[in-house]
Amino acid sequence: MKASHFDYVRVQSVEDAVRVMADSDGEARFLAGGQSLIPALNFRLDRPGLLIDLNAVTALSGIRREGDHIVIGALTRHAEVERHPLIAAHLPLLAEAVQHVAHSAIRNRGTFGGSLALADPAAEMPACALALRAVIHVQGPKGRRSIPADAFFEGSYATALAPGELLTEVHIPLPDPAARHGFAELTRRRGDYAMAGLALMAGPEARVVWFGLADRPLRDLGAEAALAQGPHAAAAAALDGVEVWGDLHNSAETKVHLARVMIRRLLERMT
Amino acid sequence: MRVTFRLNGEATVIEAEPRQSLADAVRAAGFTGTHHGCEHGVCGACTLRVDGVAVRGCLMLAVQAEGAEVVTVEGLDAPDLKAAFVRHNALQCGFCTPGMLMTAAELLESGHVPDRAEIRDHLSGSYCRCTGYQAIVDSVEEVAQARHGAKP
Repeated sequence: MKASHFDYVRVQSVEDAVRVMADSDGEARFLAGGQSLIPALNFRLDRPGLLIDLNAVTALSGIRREGDHIVIGALTRHAEVERHPLIAAHLPLLAEAVQHVAHSAIRNRGTFGGSLALADPAAEMPACALALRAVIHVQGPKGRRSIPADAFFEGSYATALAPGELLTEVHIPLPDPAARHGFAELTRRRGDYAMAGLALMAGPEARVVWFGLADRPLRDLGAEAALAQGPHAAAAAALDGVEVWGDLHNSAETKVHLARVMIRRLLERMT
Repeated sequence: MRVTFRLNGEATVIEAEPRQSLADAVRAAGFTGTHHGCEHGVCGACTLRVDGVAVRGCLMLAVQAEGAEVVTVEGLDAPDLKAAFVRHNALQCGFCTPGMLMTAAELLESGHVPDRAEIRDHLSGSYCRCTGYQAIVDSVEEVAQARHGAKP
């Protein structure tokens, strides 16, 4: 289908982007990679009056190390995350997970920040942000603030971003050198959204995060506590008491079963 | 809006509504090898090259191509790949073929010889509704090996 009419403006700075958004009366959307926004427009699920194209804002792009953090600019393409030496060296979970984000042509254009801001419950990057204790930096009409990933994802496509706020960069602390990582997802076609997915960090500060199972990436405290007792214990404890959503293809019961098999196999591979 | 860019090596100026996709714009400019399938980034038939990388032509706006270098399947410089597709009959209805060629060309430029699993993985973003995948993978594999002198 074709999108309905909208106006278009290309901005050169974060300040301009925030100002134009503030002036738009809620009628505008930020356009980063557009790999989810444009389909939504083509399906006419969304009909904004104005797109504010961020792609010329070079300050929003790039990956750097700042002390004990890796900083990823919001406009950094998935393809850059995929091949960046700092990510490979310090955040191997992200390096592995990003290869599962859609397909090459989409990773060439889609952005890390866009994926977090969209907060698709079945997407890989929000789950990794949670597993890696990311802190999300935003700028809006009332200035700048930062939000821990734990508080950022509020529901299906819902985040802690206030109206008019732009996600600018993401700070990820370097994991403990003893930490290990694991990533798995089950899809009908390589690159599709996950029926069930898992991003985990094992070691001193274990984190087990599911995606594709509920309305947001989901931290599993029960599985985290059981990790040290081995794959079977972690699988038995996984998703206990957690409300899992079924979808068109799988019931909640099926998804819980798939997820428990997934975490057991993943941990067996890791140990 | 007025958009100035290079299309298959030629300086090009078009008028585009903001909502017009880049895929529609290049078709309107005469390069109809770019096919519109799903228009939401799933099928891969509209894959183009923008500033050297493969992108979905349906998920980029024509106005975003200002100043860019855009290459369609007509401008794709990969005669060996195109010939291999013909030789292996790696197309049935041919609708997906431009996207398959653009996608495969990017993989083949990566500087190593991909195995069949990697070729399948890289092409997984393109649908062939005739299910001609076997011959497509055969073609890409053959070109990959030939370019690296592994096989004639």
